[in-house]
Amino acid sequence: MTLLLQFLFSGLTTGTVYALVGIGFNIVYNSTSIINLAQGEFVVIGGLMMWFFLEGMQLPFAVSLSLTLLTAAVVGLLMERLTIKPLLKKGDLLLMIMVTIAISILIRGILMFKFGKDPYTYPPFTEGEPINFYGAVITQQTLWVIGITALCIVLLYLFFNKTMTGRAMRACSLDVKAARLMGINVSNIVMLSFIISAIIGAIGGIAITPISLMEYDKGAMLSVKGFCAAIMGGLGRSRGAVAGGFTLGILESLTAGYIHSGFKDAVALLIMLFILFVKPAGIFGKAEIVRLRKF
Amino acid sequence: MLKIKNLDVYYGKLYTLKKVSLHIKRGEIVTLIGSNGAGKTTLLNTVSGLIKPASGNIVFEDKEISKETPEKIVKIGISQVPEGRLIFKTLTVEENLLLGAYSQYSLKKKKQIQEDMGGVYNLFPKLKERKNQLAGTLSGGEQQMLAIGRALMAKPKLLLLDEPSMGLAPTIIKEVFEHIVELRQLYGLTVLLVEQNAKSALKIADRGYVLETGRVILEGTAEDLLLNKDVQRAYLGRDLDAEERI
Repeated sequence: MTLLLQFLFSGLTTGTVYALVGIGFNIVYNSTSIINLAQGEFVVIGGLMMWFFLEGMQLPFAVSLSLTLLTAAVVGLLMERLTIKPLLKKGDLLLMIMVTIAISILIRGILMFKFGKDPYTYPPFTEGEPINFYGAVITQQTLWVIGITALCIVLLYLFFNKTMTGRAMRACSLDVKAARLMGINVSNIVMLSFIISAIIGAIGGIAITPISLMEYDKGAMLSVKGFCAAIMGGLGRSRGAVAGGFTLGILESLTAGYIHSGFKDAVALLIMLFILFVKPAGIFGKAEIVRLRKF
Repeated sequence: MLKIKNLDVYYGKLYTLKKVSLHIKRGEIVTLIGSNGAGKTTLLNTVSGLIKPASGNIVFEDKEISKETPEKIVKIGISQVPEGRLIFKTLTVEENLLLGAYSQYSLKKKKQIQEDMGGVYNLFPKLKERKNQLAGTLSGGEQQMLAIGRALMAKPKLLLLDEPSMGLAPTIIKEVFEHIVELRQLYGLTVLLVEQNAKSALKIADRGYVLETGRVILEGTAEDLLLNKDVQRAYLGRDLDAEERI
């Protein structure tokens, strides 16, 4: 029982990062129908840049945090303005998705050049004894990760439902022509979606690095797992991505615990195959929406 | 108020509007009739800035707007109620109206927007009853009212209406057209109405243009057009023939 509880908590922790990557996928997908396969790279940028500012340059925590988020935002912005915006007019989705793969390779290359191949880490946000919960050990950082994710979800919900810009983003995802007729600048909305998803990814990276370390090439796997979380929940549905992320994280940790840790990464791929073959709308998605999709 | 001169528009490689010229005076209801594929929607989308013309001028209140972005055009006072209404179906009625005011939005204007929304609710009381419902759950007529209300939230001077009668029952069509006349009285709006339902459109319009395969082939006052033999045969008579056959 204690063991199961322990697996559940560690699954929940990795699951939050998958959820955040999945949410990032959805935000970009909703405004452009693009699958941004560089999504996982933002998590790595978050973790490594945080280390760079915090440990490398010895800056205070708050400053490092702001600078890291700023870096991620700028990378997201440049990515959209330099590669997606010129291609969006042509409307070739497959081409744009391939471009996002190219960018993920580019980012990985730059990170390797700068940081080398070693894993990096920094101390947890707060020092202190881990909490004992019915025998399972929960580190304080785990609570931070879960808390920060929950906060992100709440803030995103408020943004999309209570602010004019957020509503405009939803309008764009529903009907681009109507959105333009309302006077919404769709190009700016697309840019904003890349920036927000970059920041969300970076937040995940910043929070998880003290627990699971961060190295330059973690992004590809995170993209796959985040994508798996997103399609489990039904692509485009942010609450779905959260449920998908947690489910995937817990399944992974149970597989690692009860079967073999070598099979851990296969779980996401198996789930993905299963969904694509059997239920392309996602476990929590609606089938009618899928029929109307371009991708 | 709006002057279109020698407008040429290509849709991809298709030559859809050929040297179209028309004008609308302040306070008029002008209708543009024509069959499917005549280029009516293309013309409205060009005025709204969604399509860029190959050549020609669009002048709105003495300003050339043919090269402006859609955002700018909404801001200077031209709103379109698009074909098929295109309301945001999974947003609530109220959110749809708020998005209509997107071009007006700033923190200082929040109160003003609430007042405008009150105005729209007065005009269409059904929308107020259903303000927290998802827009997709409204009936066709209510969705059309919502689309019009949403366009009004941008405080337009000129309203472009694209096939407001599409897919609606005859009694509802009558109601929608009555509302259009009411809009002119209440808001002092100028209206460009695109319709396949030529008869209803000409009944409420002051003047009309007939568009055929991208050209304006006829123009005149609504009464003249209603009595014109060509128009009767091509756009008003066609329905009668069909009815006789049935």
